Amino acid sequence: MKNENERFDLLKRLTAARFMVEDLHLYLDTHPNDREAIAKFNSYLMQTKKLRESYEKSYGMLTAHDSFSQYPWQWINEPWPWDYEANFELNRGEN
Amino acid sequence: MWIYEKMLEYPVKIKNPNPKMAKIIITQYGGPDGELGAALRYLSQRFSMITPQAIGTLNDIGTEELAHLEMVGAMVRQLLKGASLEEIEKAGMSAYYADHDRGVYPASASGVPFSAAGIQSKGDPIVDLTENLAAEQKARATYEYLINMADDPDVIEPLKFLREREVVHFQRFGEALRIVQDYLQEPHLFIMPKPDFLNK
Repeated sequence: MKNENERFDLLKRLTAARFMVEDLHLYLDTHPNDREAIAKFNSYLMQTKKLRESYEKSYGMLTAHDSFSQYPWQWINEPWPWDYEANFELNRGEN
Repeated sequence: MWIYEKMLEYPVKIKNPNPKMAKIIITQYGGPDGELGAALRYLSQRFSMITPQAIGTLNDIGTEELAHLEMVGAMVRQLLKGASLEEIEKAGMSAYYADHDRGVYPASASGVPFSAAGIQSKGDPIVDLTENLAAEQKARATYEYLINMADDPDVIEPLKFLREREVVHFQRFGEALRIVQDYLQEPHLFIMPKPDFLNK
């Protein structure tokens, strides 16, 4: 395991990119002809995929349907997302 | 079908247990305007919805509500996990403790177990989308009341995120309602010129 800061930094960037995908996804449901929004969606999706891949390389599976596992089965490794230890601190000063 | 992503939509990291906040935040887990009801409402309504935009909106907001349910559950659990019995008793949570210890159970702030009686799926697209606009506003108001009762930034930040999502969902449902109304007003006839003999 690499250090916690690095893991949280990666997770934070992944969470941010993943959120942009989610928000644009809902927007596009009611604006299917917005070409610019589709380009943004695709670009954030690309970022999300890359970040997810590099996170999984060091810190384990984020999905059980689209991630490879080492031996033994990695999916059940702790922490789970609802655990205190799984989450990064927000830098409240930035907001 | 559904797939699970092993991360929260927005982080929940609460240092200090606080059963008093857990006791009221639980209402967004299993209360009348909570995330479980929201997910169940939209995911049930989608079966009889019309127009691709509105169907997609119900499907996808319903799915996001499940991610919010998980966030609220994480908040309740972290607020209860390290709480002492004394703190639990002082917070007026003894009754909850007797039934659920420090577990997460879908109930309202006043302790009423989750009920689908608080949601509707009417089979009528205008009725359902109008209900959803109200539901998003009720959830927004609930998050604001919870924020008013909170003083810990670890608690306030995720509540603010969830409140903001209600605002966005309200907007998307408003757009879906307009799309459905426009669709219902369009004449669905293929117009052709009237032949002369019909004019006689």
